[in-house]
Amino acid sequence: MSSYYEDSARGRLDGLLDPGSLIEIVPPTERMVSPHLRQLDTPAAFDDGIVVGEGRLAGRRVLVAAQEGGFMGGAVGEVHGAKLTGLLERALDTRPDGVLLLVESGGVRLHEANAGLIAVSEVMRAVLAVRAAGIPVIVLDGGTFGCFGGMGIVSRLCDAVVMSEEGRLGLSGPEVIETTMGVEEFDSRDRALVWRTVGGKHRYLLGEAATLVEDDVAAFRAAALALLDQLSDRGPDLSLAALEAEHAVLGSRLERFGGCRDALDIWEKLGVEEPEKLPILDTASFLATVRDRRV
Amino acid sequence: METLSFEYRGGRSVASPPPSVLVGVVGSGNLEVLVEPAPLGGICRVEIQTAAVGFGTTWQAVLDDVFARHPLADVRISINDVGATPAVVSLRLDQALDAFAGGFQP
Repeated sequence: MSSYYEDSARGRLDGLLDPGSLIEIVPPTERMVSPHLRQLDTPAAFDDGIVVGEGRLAGRRVLVAAQEGGFMGGAVGEVHGAKLTGLLERALDTRPDGVLLLVESGGVRLHEANAGLIAVSEVMRAVLAVRAAGIPVIVLDGGTFGCFGGMGIVSRLCDAVVMSEEGRLGLSGPEVIETTMGVEEFDSRDRALVWRTVGGKHRYLLGEAATLVEDDVAAFRAAALALLDQLSDRGPDLSLAALEAEHAVLGSRLERFGGCRDALDIWEKLGVEEPEKLPILDTASFLATVRDRRV
Repeated sequence: METLSFEYRGGRSVASPPPSVLVGVVGSGNLEVLVEPAPLGGICRVEIQTAAVGFGTTWQAVLDDVFARHPLADVRISINDVGATPAVVSLRLDQALDAFAGGFQP
């Protein structure tokens, strides 16, 4: 077992893909670093915090991107975003079996301001274009820094999200909420609160994560492979009826749970017995306990 | 930010080096090290971008030790540093150069 949470972006790709199959595009030796960080007298990374390339997953042809949370919290700058957009546009040309996004990001890199914002919107557009072309885009979220801001939106634009309990997914991150709304609204140092609000188990219960796996690179690989095959067979349903049904689900979710003050209240309303015990269950017992209880 | 550059002579070339080795992350107290073979006429060149200004003599001391352990030639070592301590720098360089000379990708 090898922890996905603890690993680096490159380490995760090593364990995820068939050995030796990764061909990196714009590798660190190209030194395509952020022009903005240099102007701000801030250290840059040779890969601008993201690895993009082509590889194989159990023989399937995949394009992959992996964000490195250790560099500026995986935030999306101009070069970082251009690598991601370029990868997605490449999918339209080379038509792989799928695109895997190993997300780990706080969202837009604020140092780069508008360039980062534009980059994220370009990524969103590119994700939708790839899905419209019938190529599945699958998100893997189990890194140390979670997935927030613009990358949180990007993740929910994709076909499916795989999470571990340790993964986090949201729009405003815990510290942002605390800063803007006050500690009474959200205490970002309360780890139990953070994880039951934005963590993998809650996202799985709300239906936002398609699959919940152990914090293990091999488990992420197996889940990505299963989703890839499932989505390739079926193809994404982007019809108006499907989108309206999705909106109806979101609307009814707000109606049902809008008054809840805590994830525990939501779990209770979902009919989970002893909801306070969910956070301490291991993944297998959690999945058995909440079977047929998801939104 | 400060840019530093060091050169070492008298090392030996690695017979069949990998195209490149990258270790570490550009995060607080950490650094990334990129090692590449380069036709430098027997020189081992180290180029450093560091957020911690004014530590040139410390870098010199750490790199002297590293070169004594890994006397390599025709190598370009590029570093992006965010205030890593000398011990961390030393370990990262050992990790990178072991991988480079041994052909083992960490």
